[in-house]
Amino acid sequence: MNALKPKHQRLVLVVLALVALVGAGLLAAYALRNQASYFYLPEQMLQDPPAIGQAVRLGGMVEPGSLQTAADGITLTFAVTGKDEARVPVRFSGIAPDLFVEGSGVVAEGRLGPDGTFLADNLLAKHDENYVPRELQEMEQHEAAKMARETTVGLE
Amino acid sequence: MIAELGLAALWLAAALAALQMAAGFLALRDAADGALAGLIRPAAIVQGVLVTLSFAMLVWLFAVTDLSVKLVASNSHSMKPLVFKLSGTWGNHEGSMLLWVMVMGLAGALIALVERRLPERTMNATLAAQGVVSLGFYAFLLLSSNPFERLPVPATEGMGLNPLLQDIGLAFHPPTLYLGYVGLSVAFSFAVGALLTRQVTPDFARAMRPWVLGAWVLLTIGITAGSYWAYYELGWGGWWFWDPVENASLMPWLAATALLHSASVLASRDALRTWTIMLGVVAFSMSMVGTFLVRSGILTSVHAFAVDPERGTFILALLGIFIGGALLLFALRANTISEGERFALASREGALVFNNVMLSAILAIVLLGTLYPLLTEAFDVRVSVGPPYFNPVGAIFTIPMLVVMAVGPLLRWRQDRIDRIGKEIALFAALVLAALILTSLLADIALLPLLGLALGVGLAVASLMPLRRRKLARTPLATWGMVTAHFGIAVALIGMASESAFTSERLAAVEEGGSTSVGPWTVVLQGVEPVAGPNWTAIQGRVSASYDGGEPVVLTPQSRNFWAPPQQTTESALVTRWNGQLYAVVGDRSPDGRWQLRLWWKPFVTLIWYGGLLIALGGVLALVGRVLSDLRHRRLAARIADRRADREALS
Amino acid sequence: MNWRLWIPLFAFAAFLGLAAYQLTQPKDEFVESRMVGESLPYFELPPAMAGVNGIGSTDFADGEPRLLNIWASWCLPCIAEAPHLENLKRQGADIVGVAIRDRPEDVARFLAQHGNPYSRIGRDDLSEVQLAIGSSGVPETFVIDGQGVIRYQHIGDVRASDVPVLLAELEKAR
Repeated sequence: MNALKPKHQRLVLVVLALVALVGAGLLAAYALRNQASYFYLPEQMLQDPPAIGQAVRLGGMVEPGSLQTAADGITLTFAVTGKDEARVPVRFSGIAPDLFVEGSGVVAEGRLGPDGTFLADNLLAKHDENYVPRELQEMEQHEAAKMARETTVGLE
Repeated sequence: MIAELGLAALWLAAALAALQMAAGFLALRDAADGALAGLIRPAAIVQGVLVTLSFAMLVWLFAVTDLSVKLVASNSHSMKPLVFKLSGTWGNHEGSMLLWVMVMGLAGALIALVERRLPERTMNATLAAQGVVSLGFYAFLLLSSNPFERLPVPATEGMGLNPLLQDIGLAFHPPTLYLGYVGLSVAFSFAVGALLTRQVTPDFARAMRPWVLGAWVLLTIGITAGSYWAYYELGWGGWWFWDPVENASLMPWLAATALLHSASVLASRDALRTWTIMLGVVAFSMSMVGTFLVRSGILTSVHAFAVDPERGTFILALLGIFIGGALLLFALRANTISEGERFALASREGALVFNNVMLSAILAIVLLGTLYPLLTEAFDVRVSVGPPYFNPVGAIFTIPMLVVMAVGPLLRWRQDRIDRIGKEIALFAALVLAALILTSLLADIALLPLLGLALGVGLAVASLMPLRRRKLARTPLATWGMVTAHFGIAVALIGMASESAFTSERLAAVEEGGSTSVGPWTVVLQGVEPVAGPNWTAIQGRVSASYDGGEPVVLTPQSRNFWAPPQQTTESALVTRWNGQLYAVVGDRSPDGRWQLRLWWKPFVTLIWYGGLLIALGGVLALVGRVLSDLRHRRLAARIADRRADREALS
Repeated sequence: MNWRLWIPLFAFAAFLGLAAYQLTQPKDEFVESRMVGESLPYFELPPAMAGVNGIGSTDFADGEPRLLNIWASWCLPCIAEAPHLENLKRQGADIVGVAIRDRPEDVARFLAQHGNPYSRIGRDDLSEVQLAIGSSGVPETFVIDGQGVIRYQHIGDVRASDVPVLLAELEKAR
């Protein structure tokens, strides 16, 4: 192949780079729409269920009295509840986090099975024992940050 | 007193950064003004000294645990071991920012002291740009995160006896990444300086290259160490989670890798001028974007970090000023930078351009995937993006890149013919095909790991081919560096592919005395006992594992509960053999009294991190090679100048 | 002027805009208890240090509304809320404390330094009561009425502005 003409070479390079980057962008946009793992509340999952087998996350409360360990000792079944009596049964095989108990919040990563049971690959117990005072409902974020600074002055 | 001294030094350093910036820009405007220009280098040097002094004061405050200083009181404790007191200096936001500006100041001082290759005007512009960046960080420190703030009443004891943070890995992992980021900021200053004076020359690339190489080595080490830390600490058996914090360190690495290669084209061949400038800006903006995403807490991550939206706002403003300004300058100036040397598509430059474009595409994909949750949250949709997106989409660009990477180093500069290296290409293709066919016949594995294994094998051999027909003793160190780094990529790739293809996992409830198996291992749960540490209680499994009926090894995985602050951690236990690792985690007790055991046998998983270390070693070799040859050139130049002076004196 | 050179700047501006917008959006990471309106579950906690009384769920059924404060000596915001709890106590509120995963000596040190607004302090080493009443963090303050029913949950530390709110809730629960 011959060396390209000067004016053309830069153009070719720019076009090549642009094509690759735009291609990457389009591909990313397409893949993100399909592969991003959406977050569902139980009521959303019942109303508008995700495609069977698509990776999603389910967040809610572990229904008291629903937690059971199967005979193999490693499979947990429980129900995650949300608003308006919404209830999704979940099956999980693995080691549950310590803070995962009935009545606590949980985020389950996994997929919806054909029988309507959510098959979780991973459980994240939503349990943060130490509130850093940034989380103050009515306050604007920067005010909360200021407050956080003030509350740590004079710490002993 | 010490704290006030440190603060005063910091303010003075900031003032010098302002001087460095102002004098630099004024000298740039009227080139004749020698008096102002003469101030720039001394300002940079004194600034480096002052900021180092300031940091030393903070280290001293931590070493003696001065509890009248807020930062010390809230992050240290008089009972801490000395090494953790010292590492506590940068184990918090304020201290880490001070470390950041100190390294930046030292880097500026070093350039001001030793860099003589560039035209003085470009040097002035570079140091002025460096002054802008430093001044931004000084403002951040002094206005919103003063590390030397005193408490109205001294504390009686520090708050920071957090045992979880007393981890030698955590003490040195974040600063490694920071140093890498700072190195990229120096590259950024060089790029802006060259753009301002339109002096985008091979000399510019040579001056910038050691900084990019150094940054790249540190980032490589940081990412490798971070990945191993997540692997053994999280207890999930994975080594990369595509978590925002991990991506934040990967993106600057990708940009730095591209920059490294394009800078070497510019240094050797005077081509790819604007592209190198652009990458210099992008590499630094990726480290700023990463810092912003991690520090502002706008993305949620499995890695816990102290987040603060106000700091996020500040970093975002700095990001806007630095990168926005640089891109604006780029848009205005790039047209006036003249075209570099030409080259054919089939040439070393062609291959490097291809890889650069592929790396940039991968960078775009990682960046878009990381930012996507931010975008959807603006529309109240919560998503998380994980391996199902990153792995296949990234692979589309990684695979062609790896193929070109195998043969690119064999091509000649400027113009070459593909058929000249036909034999080598055929060897590479044959190896890849053979590995592909063999593994797909022997084992049933997914497409991506299969391709990874085959390419890894081919690449491992191909990466050594540039050494063929060379006298090994006379091969430049930089070439050894390239070969080592490319070989490291192949090794890491084989490790990754093998881990995802051949890992066997066993999750079982086992009674005490019972046994189970995973891969070639037979595992017996000998017992479970409670154990206690200085600040935690745990249940500890005693697990004896024997490989293929051999001598059993005892592992003790734990599930720990810390009480101050309360936190639960899973302490995995590992057995490393030459051909892989056994990974064991103990879980809860099921109602019938059996214990949950989770076991993984991961063949050749350790190659991932050995590969990472090889890549870093390659970078070190190249860096040493470049610096040595630069020193040699300088000595030579000095001798020639001496001789000329002698001759003139004689005549 | 070459338009292509402006693409990076515009892409970057878009990122800045998005990031700035997200920074201004408050993050709601609270986990609200589902136990508001329900009776306290049965529990019995030993005293958190020598010289104070422990608590049991039966202590709440005497007809008097109370504040139940979930705290710990290792928790920073708890230091910030200490004066406001003191203020609540001065205004007649009866506050019982549950110390989460704490040690008696730390509790004693904390109370010596920041004052003791509590009439009773139970020790909850396993976060058992905390989880049972649907609290997911420290500190949190619950209003319990005289029949032992949870009436109100305050998440995070108590600030000066929360004092009248809590007093009003106590009055409502009477």
